Amino acid sequence: MTPQSEAELADIIAAAKGPISIRGGGTRGSSGEGDPLSVAGLSGVTLYEPGALTLVVQAGTPVEEVKKILAGENQRLAFEPMDHRGLLGTQGLPTMGGVFAANTSGPRRIQSGAARDFLLGVRFVDGRGDVLSNGGRVMKNVTGYDLVKLMAGAYGTLGVLSELSLKVLPKAEACGTVAVDVADLATAVAAMSVALGSPYDVTGAAYDPDAGTVFIRVEGFETSVAYRGEALLQALAKFGEARMTLGEGAALWEGIRDVAAFHDKPGDVWRISVKPSDAIVLAQTLGATALQFDWGGGLIWALMEEGTDLRARMNVPGHATLVRASAQTRGAIARFQPEPAPLAAISAGLRAQFDPRAILNPGLMG
Amino acid sequence: MEMPSPNPAILARKSRLVERLAKVLPADAVIEDEAETRAYECDALTAYKCPPLLAVLPRSTQEVSDVLRICHEEGVPVVPRGAGTSLAGGALPTADCVILGVARMNDVLETDYANRTIRVQTGRTNLSVSGAVEEEDFFYAPDPSSQLACAIAGNIAMNSGGAHCLKYGVTTNNLMGVTMVMMDGTVVEIGGAHLDAGGLDLLGVICGSEGQLGVVTEATLRILRKPEGARPVLIGYDSNEVAGACVSDIIKAGVLPVAIEFMDRPCIEACEAFAKAGYPMCEALLIIEVEGSEAEIDHQLRLITDIARSHNPVELREATDSDEAARIWLGRKSAFGAMGQINDYMCLDGTIPVTSLPHVLRRIGEMSKEFGLAVANVFHAGDGNMHPLILFDANKPGDLETCEAFGAEILKLCVEVGGCLTGEHGVGIEKRDLMLHQYRPADIEAQLRVKDVFDPKWLLNPAKVFPLSTTQSRRAPAMAAE
Repeated sequence: MTPQSEAELADIIAAAKGPISIRGGGTRGSSGEGDPLSVAGLSGVTLYEPGALTLVVQAGTPVEEVKKILAGENQRLAFEPMDHRGLLGTQGLPTMGGVFAANTSGPRRIQSGAARDFLLGVRFVDGRGDVLSNGGRVMKNVTGYDLVKLMAGAYGTLGVLSELSLKVLPKAEACGTVAVDVADLATAVAAMSVALGSPYDVTGAAYDPDAGTVFIRVEGFETSVAYRGEALLQALAKFGEARMTLGEGAALWEGIRDVAAFHDKPGDVWRISVKPSDAIVLAQTLGATALQFDWGGGLIWALMEEGTDLRARMNVPGHATLVRASAQTRGAIARFQPEPAPLAAISAGLRAQFDPRAILNPGLMG
Repeated sequence: MEMPSPNPAILARKSRLVERLAKVLPADAVIEDEAETRAYECDALTAYKCPPLLAVLPRSTQEVSDVLRICHEEGVPVVPRGAGTSLAGGALPTADCVILGVARMNDVLETDYANRTIRVQTGRTNLSVSGAVEEEDFFYAPDPSSQLACAIAGNIAMNSGGAHCLKYGVTTNNLMGVTMVMMDGTVVEIGGAHLDAGGLDLLGVICGSEGQLGVVTEATLRILRKPEGARPVLIGYDSNEVAGACVSDIIKAGVLPVAIEFMDRPCIEACEAFAKAGYPMCEALLIIEVEGSEAEIDHQLRLITDIARSHNPVELREATDSDEAARIWLGRKSAFGAMGQINDYMCLDGTIPVTSLPHVLRRIGEMSKEFGLAVANVFHAGDGNMHPLILFDANKPGDLETCEAFGAEILKLCVEVGGCLTGEHGVGIEKRDLMLHQYRPADIEAQLRVKDVFDPKWLLNPAKVFPLSTTQSRRAPAMAAE
């Protein structure tokens, strides 16, 4: 089923007799069981006001198309959504609806915020087939409950997104990366903490343990990038040999964003969110085949032997998502971290309200 | 503004309620004397007043949980209160409610510079959160203008913003975790010192829910290192249109100032008379502030002033030292005080797409004549968050009603051009009855269903946010149960 309009989408859901598996481009491997329903037919930019930093798009609009349009006005999606195709070996075109349904953010999340922080308004079809809207297209809006945030990261389980209003930001004129060779993870986390706690507006802080290198990114006007890069170089020299590269950082940071280090490597892939300093103790107990660190240490990508329940080895607060796994592993281990009972009850209550027949990606989130 | 009539059955059981609460709270934490409950009769929306049945001032999450459990069992509505600075009536009591004030819960629980977070009890004031991390040159970014007095609890309830949110975001963008007590007394932990709490974004929907979903007692907040420096520039234009075009061009050029403030002629005149900041007399004044090192500030200000000059300003004043910077901000920061000296005023905070600015200001000017009340505009231009200040005389019969009617028309206009009723103050009771101008009944119903999940008996701050007619059937069972 590929509806061509929001009304058609609503009709399909209202008439549905069983579970619906919702997808945009189908690149993130996170559709549930059921009749496939693609929102790719709802495509196009409804409104773009560069001077107001706002964009309204249909949910099925390809991310590439949006990036191209924004680039024409020297603007961008500042939260740097990850492209899952390399990691999951999927084909197709990632859509804006998919980005927000999965609240997908990249390295810049630590500075600019997550996808959900850029979503200003939504239109969606709930499990009854009713078209609903919340939020709007202005940057400050506290009128009523913020269902916009609730829809971001709900993986379609509360409703199928049909239209999105979002905040965009100017593209940086220049980019600089300070690379520091460090002895171990503890030194890496300490170096990233110093960088993120500096006044130099760091927009990326990642660590590749295979290379033994910490990468710190600064962006902005050229002279400013050079100045801040130099200041960081000095501040980080005590952690290891440090050097700065100006420009040409795009490929490096895309690789960090998309976890290129794990592409084509066998094993389950887990994504863990923790307090950055907890990464040190956690890494020791995971028994991972390989690890990659972003967000100053707060985002850990773990390559694990197939079928390992990583959550049983979590010894710090946070949560882990099983991003890549075989069907067999999926049958044994939940994709998302189970919630404590009172929160699970609230989540189940919200799902029952928005999708009383439990037909939207059922079971995907719990 | 209509409020539901108090439930006589609850009023009749006051002594039993006091007795039960006294068993779980220290003696000085239950306020029942009528002379003392009067202190809680209103918030900063002083036009509406009603003393509560009782007020309680718990000191811990456990005490909050005990209070809510008892009120839940007794079927008594609870109105949470931070510092009582709401401009929208968010903390306005009903005669049959218990005011639950968190003012005594104001401790810093943990500061963690390495991970850039602070954990506080929510009765702590906004400015004192920054104060707690100042020695290490960190700060908490959301800066509502009431920040000296307002509490984090209220900031979370209203999702408060501030002058610097163009760069740093509002409360929801800086809130990482909460301890929250549900109406039945259950304590839940959501999020923490890690980014993006797992599962559905409950934190996102709790922030800005105006105390209707739970009582947040502790919060983990993101703290940031202070920038090396900041400097403003003042630019005057002889028309609102040109000032609006200048703002748009600056944003399009890729400069992202931390603040872009806009004042219209009535506001400039009032501020000048009050604060004597040396503002030029013109139609529109912009104050634009940028941050960074000296060289970075120079560079950004050069880009901004180049654009500003291309629009032929009547005045362009760059601060060369901190004294001049302070003078540029002086008038703006005293805008509300200046208005208060002239008259009583009502401050609205509808938000509009910045491209609609000239049209909206023109219409407000026309309406000002129609209603016969003066209005001054000061607002955050970068994000379209207006602050029309309507002047009226509270002692003149009918003036408040005229002012409210005028305000409602301005807010409807904001919605009409693609904006919203409130950008940072919240709906409370003030904008409650206008909600159906922004949302269709089905959209309201979807929000009510969220409250059904968190507070099935509709006891938490039940008469706020939504038009009473839309919540009647949900509030009625709570009443009937008595």
